[in-house]
Amino acid sequence: MNDMKMLWQLYWAFLRIGGLTFGGGLTMLPMLKYELVEKKNWITEEELVDCYAIGQCTPGIIAVNTATFVGYKKKGVAGGIFSTLGMVTPSLVIITLVAACLENFMDNVWLQHALMGVRGIVCALMLNTVITLARKSLVDGFCCVMCGIVLLLCLLTDIPTILIVVVSALCGIIWEKIRLRFAREERP
Amino acid sequence: MMQTALELFWEFFKIGLFAVGGGPATLPFLMELTKVKPWYTMEQLTNMIAISESTPGPLGLNMSTYAGFQTLGLFGGLVSSFGLVLPSVIIIILIARFLDNFSQNPYVKAAFYGVRPAVTALIAAAVLGLCRVSLFVEHNGKLTPAVGAVIIAVVVFGLLQVKRLKKLHPALWFLVGAVIGIVFRL
Repeated sequence: MNDMKMLWQLYWAFLRIGGLTFGGGLTMLPMLKYELVEKKNWITEEELVDCYAIGQCTPGIIAVNTATFVGYKKKGVAGGIFSTLGMVTPSLVIITLVAACLENFMDNVWLQHALMGVRGIVCALMLNTVITLARKSLVDGFCCVMCGIVLLLCLLTDIPTILIVVVSALCGIIWEKIRLRFAREERP
Repeated sequence: MMQTALELFWEFFKIGLFAVGGGPATLPFLMELTKVKPWYTMEQLTNMIAISESTPGPLGLNMSTYAGFQTLGLFGGLVSSFGLVLPSVIIIILIARFLDNFSQNPYVKAAFYGVRPAVTALIAAAVLGLCRVSLFVEHNGKLTPAVGAVIIAVVVFGLLQVKRLKKLHPALWFLVGAVIGIVFRL
């Protein structure tokens, strides 16, 4: 019975986090800290930062990864599943409602004018996201070359996205190996 | 319908498994889907991004739920979001159980060192494709710029470089865009 209560608490905590933060990823950290560290005392701040680091270096949605990790630490596999369900619920409900409304009014002329204006905004915001990302991720020569090659490949060919992700991970590992070997040879 | 549901699940399972870097990293995959599946168009994807950014919840999850809804209604949204989070749940539980210090592992670090710039390029290419579809209208096989949307994009992009305006909520920008769109009948 106590177990069940804890699982529901996990569900509700992540439902609140998912339902009250916009954008996900980094913007979610303060909210996670407030709910999990300060309010519930479930994990320490260091543990949260660890969870977050794991969430960022595994594939998938960062917020979902963090939710699963925290839930698993608290209550095993069931905890991970309940936390994730909590995170998914608000998106599912809100998006379904908004999408259903929007689809009903799609033929409306005013809505079409409005969406045309929104298009420009989407482009501006997304371009800005790319620039922020590039500033953060292009830290040295290797990264710039890697980014340049992939960008050309994407624009000129139809290589599947999955293939690019896998090959670039291998490139990272091979490059580190080469670098380590050179570093060792330089030493007398 | 069952066939589509299974395909939907499988496509979003793959996205959950390979979209490294969260929300924006799902965009190249969602865009790839417009080419191979008849589920939604690039124009619809633009609307999906706007809605997903101005509603609460993680961006990637919102976009995937929307894409699923676009395909098969409420059931589609359930299937796509389930497919998207399933790899996360499996991978994270495996890591938490069997791998200590996963994020400090030299191989993991090296792999991410390679993936990060590649994902940046993938997202950049996807955004360029998005701009092409959003800001240009195809007319008799010729691309002509949608002047109003282009002006909005350029001006707002410029404004976003101002530090104070950068922090404004995306929903606020969308509202501004919608009002301009209605006033000028774009």
